[in-house]
Amino acid sequence: MTEPFVNTSPRTWDEVKTTTCYMCACRCGIRVHLKDGRVTYIDGNPAHPVNKGVICGKGAAGIMQHYSPARLSKPLLRVGERGSGDFREIEWEEALGLATQWLSEVRAKDPRKLAFFTGRDQSQGLTGWWATQFGTPNYAAHGGFCSVNMAAAGLYTFGGSFWEFGEPDWKHTRYFMLFGVAEDHASNPIKKALGQLKERGAKIVSINPIRTGYSAIADEWIGIRPGTDGLFVGALIHEIVSAQRIDGDYLLRYTNSPWLIIENPGGEDDGLFARNAQGSALIWDGHSSSPMPALSPDAAPKLMGRYKLPDGRRVVTAFTLIAERFLEPEWAPENIAARCGVPAETIRRIAAELVRTAFEEEIALDVPWTDHLGRYHEKMIGRPVSMHAMRGISAHSNGFQTCRTIHLLQILLGTIDVPGGFRYKPPFPKPAPPGVKPAGKPGQVKPNTPLPGPPLGFVAAPADLLVDAEGRPQRIDKAYSWDAPLAAHGLMHMVITNAAKKDPYGIDVLFMYMANMSWNSAMNVPDTIGYLTQKEPDGSYTIPKIIYSDAYASEMVHYADLILPDTTYLERWDCVSLLDRPISEADGPADSIRQPVTEPDRDVRPFQTVLLDIGARLGLPGMTRNDGSPRYPGGYPDYIVNHERAPGIGPLAGFRGANGRAQGRGAPNPDQLQAYIANGCHWFHELPDHMKYYRHVNWAYLDWATFFGFIARPDPVIHQLYCEPLQKFRLAARGHGSIVPPAGHRQRIADHFDPIPFWYAPFEGELVAAEQYPLHAVTQRPMAMYHSWGSQNAWLRQILGRNWLYMARELAARHGIADDDWVTVTSHHGRIKAQARLMDGVNPETVWTWNAIGKRSGAWNLAPGADESKQGFLLNHLISELLPEREGGYRYSNSDPVTGQAAWYDLRVRIEKAGDQQPASEPQFAALKTLAGAS
Amino acid sequence: MTSLPSPSAKKLGLVIDLDTCVGCQACATSCKEWNTQGYSAPLNDVNAYGSNPSGTWLNRIHGYEVEEAGQAQRRIVNFPRSCLHCEEPACVTVCPTGASYKRAEDGIVLVNPETCIGCKLCSWACPYGAREYDQNDGVMKKCTLCVDRIYNDNLEPDDRLPACVKACPTGARHFGDLGDPDSAVSQLVAERGGYDLLPEMGYKPVNKYLPPRPRRDGATSRPEALPKPDGSAFDRLFAWADRLLSTGKTPARAADIDNSGKLEG
Repeated sequence: MTEPFVNTSPRTWDEVKTTTCYMCACRCGIRVHLKDGRVTYIDGNPAHPVNKGVICGKGAAGIMQHYSPARLSKPLLRVGERGSGDFREIEWEEALGLATQWLSEVRAKDPRKLAFFTGRDQSQGLTGWWATQFGTPNYAAHGGFCSVNMAAAGLYTFGGSFWEFGEPDWKHTRYFMLFGVAEDHASNPIKKALGQLKERGAKIVSINPIRTGYSAIADEWIGIRPGTDGLFVGALIHEIVSAQRIDGDYLLRYTNSPWLIIENPGGEDDGLFARNAQGSALIWDGHSSSPMPALSPDAAPKLMGRYKLPDGRRVVTAFTLIAERFLEPEWAPENIAARCGVPAETIRRIAAELVRTAFEEEIALDVPWTDHLGRYHEKMIGRPVSMHAMRGISAHSNGFQTCRTIHLLQILLGTIDVPGGFRYKPPFPKPAPPGVKPAGKPGQVKPNTPLPGPPLGFVAAPADLLVDAEGRPQRIDKAYSWDAPLAAHGLMHMVITNAAKKDPYGIDVLFMYMANMSWNSAMNVPDTIGYLTQKEPDGSYTIPKIIYSDAYASEMVHYADLILPDTTYLERWDCVSLLDRPISEADGPADSIRQPVTEPDRDVRPFQTVLLDIGARLGLPGMTRNDGSPRYPGGYPDYIVNHERAPGIGPLAGFRGANGRAQGRGAPNPDQLQAYIANGCHWFHELPDHMKYYRHVNWAYLDWATFFGFIARPDPVIHQLYCEPLQKFRLAARGHGSIVPPAGHRQRIADHFDPIPFWYAPFEGELVAAEQYPLHAVTQRPMAMYHSWGSQNAWLRQILGRNWLYMARELAARHGIADDDWVTVTSHHGRIKAQARLMDGVNPETVWTWNAIGKRSGAWNLAPGADESKQGFLLNHLISELLPEREGGYRYSNSDPVTGQAAWYDLRVRIEKAGDQQPASEPQFAALKTLAGAS
Repeated sequence: MTSLPSPSAKKLGLVIDLDTCVGCQACATSCKEWNTQGYSAPLNDVNAYGSNPSGTWLNRIHGYEVEEAGQAQRRIVNFPRSCLHCEEPACVTVCPTGASYKRAEDGIVLVNPETCIGCKLCSWACPYGAREYDQNDGVMKKCTLCVDRIYNDNLEPDDRLPACVKACPTGARHFGDLGDPDSAVSQLVAERGGYDLLPEMGYKPVNKYLPPRPRRDGATSRPEALPKPDGSAFDRLFAWADRLLSTGKTPARAADIDNSGKLEG
């Protein structure tokens, strides 16, 4: 038989351009194939440090995101009521003129009346600087409802963090524990690594109430009860400390374990480090039996003990206090097991496996290095136990202390930035905590004046808070107030509620970018819609003006007054900067760019260029020249190349200097973007071997990092197992010092600002009756969908176009629920109806669903009857953004009391088989009108 | 009826590792985006932005909870499904027009869209559900093993792989000649106990699946715990900490370096 001719060498593209993916936060390198200017195929860039050629289900569907019919096509001005969808298309000049007028009025009157919050953008280096130049402290990105518990816990403990800011030493680790990690940031690197770990025979343990995705292929799945990870980890610590199987050398040299703490109950210095006249913390030297400065190279510090200083003060080593806490019988596995749903023998076995791997499988790399005290080490000693944690830890009201507990376990085993352990990615490590303080204190916000510093930073003591003399919050989201003192990422989830309640004050303009705050990014969607449409007695809106920029017709677009349509990710310049959240590898710093691979076919502009344009029209100092002309007339690419944050340091670290060969520090290079494009749109600087580990105390690395501008001085980053800043807040709560919390806040501060990690029950579970709401309800991020962005993607919605409520078979049986039955889910705040699916791999006291699949009918240019809106649903409707009233009528936000992180995963519910088995989810909101601007 | 060529020595196919597949759909969307502009173009979608959207896919991933020996709980296995390029494919022999055929050169099973009449006999004959009828085009479509990539002179040699294999982030998909016992894929199958789907049907699939590796958890690991002698754990820890100091092996100090001054305070 003759076979038909098959052309096996078709050339279906005429051009290939590299750029950076934006289908999630992973930021892989991609190659975009084009034919006649149209995108035909996207694959992974093999030369890219992040993904090394692979691509994920989202990334390969980017083509449908780019050509989505939900794309906005022209600036819009609201002409009907908010939510009506009645807009008029306007020209850019009118849009920019309006925005400038609204913003200049605010800036001239009171810059605080602008709340500028951005969602999932990757340009916080620019947006934060813009807010500073504008002069408003009311700026943050979305970290307050995402990751701040992890960022703060890590940065205050070891100057690094989970999320994408560090990673396990994939090459050497032998035992890998994932806590609450679903598909997310670092998605392809983790997937690549899991494949490699399995090939090498390393053990993977997943601690997660739900066993899908990464958990499904783990060697061991621990289906923990949500919010109890801190108990489980504390029990592991109890086991290893009881058996003295901890890394004493690491603790003595690189942590504050031997530092002396004053014991003076009731005194104003109780719990602070004993310091000498020069301010150095002290240790007890075993040779001389006397105190010595903590970083004395010749001292022999005592790890444990209580001592009396020559001046009479009583002191104890930090480690003694830590040991005393975790040796308590309350942390014994048998006393923890029932509460976290993990058998005591499992906890004991895992502790033994961790210890065996860490100490009996010790790694010794033949790489000499010198530490911060000038001590020469022949080898780099490693302990091949690594951990990674994400939202399953962070989205609880006990997430900060739980994350600190995980870091304590890592450090007791000596596994931070050692071979086989958890590694920093430059620019980390930073000082613990970093030195930058938030600006916005009373008197620092002035009309037509920039802030004296950035709006976000790290408070180290009550004096750093943004509160007035009466202790009242200065920011609209109450960040850095007594409500949330360490709110390093702000509290975006509270902005709309607080603005509508005028608590602490009302605002004039709400300006947001890429954040679906009227839908899946809001806790308590129904009331949030109410706040956005709430009116004053005179008929004006309580939040008078809302400017919103997005590329797509998301639910939020309908509630804004002025829409600035953004481009897709394939139509823009971007920089993934070391000043923001870079793509660095553990082996060295890296950054990257996006280049426009195709021109917009609509009247849209990239948001960052628009922001610089508005900045110039407002005359913001950094964005205008002395003659008033724009400083960056070429828009965002002009800024990327020419902006300098410090002399020689700009958004991109590669290809700097006149000849384009300087790295890290160098004069702006006009050809920098072309150099990036020639290099595949990324830059990566691999560190020499002697700078790849122990970087918190690695002399050569610290010197190099100082040159690169990552740190101000080459000081070691001593791990702060005992977190003194927390104790300063506790002392203030006891009435010490000049800045003390108002009486109503004191107990909460005293209870939660423990300088040693501990566990407390998540707030919602404590505030509602367990018998009424016996179950936990959480979401998971699906592998093939990133937030709501995936919804309008024709391919991805075929894979996951609706969601179900998943539950354990025995739980369903108790309630007479069968597969595909419709059920009601009730919380203290609300009720939804959803369709049930039964499974084995879920904690028996937990129900769950996929995140952000449910859509509002009519949004995203989907047909009004689309499955996402008719069968899909959100858990958000069940979650209150405020905790119930306490004495005095005050309502705290539903957040971690230390950082303000939104506590989405604290949700408690009950389920019943629905009386109405009609196949439709509830609640159903009125269908949104399809936007005229959507193409 | 369509006849099969003499068995080829070269048997190109996929080896799919069920131990490392996390179900991320990278292979599915990468397949769709290549093939909607490749040999099978276009892979049409129906109701793409409405209710119950559907479309033509040459590779789909299913998740199953399966029983596992010695384990109380079933485990989720992610199972990618596409044409297995059988050595004796019934989908070819039932084809009334000769549109379905198995290539003599490398064993790839293809459909010639010019002669396919869309009668769907082949999809009834395939027990693996690997063929999809494209409603818009009225023809049957299926995995081509990216025949227009693996021999494509316009691609860099490293890129001459099926789109799904190149995409897979966990490295769960492997491509090669399963007719050559020395090939990397054949070695992998031998090493890991790769198996045929539904071997009893007798179609001799070329593609192989690697079974999940045994788990190492409470059911399969030996119980162990750290020692816990009687007496005060605190006292023992204190004694241990004391010994730590007395036997402390402080590393040698580089003679010519004194960095202590600038690090204080």
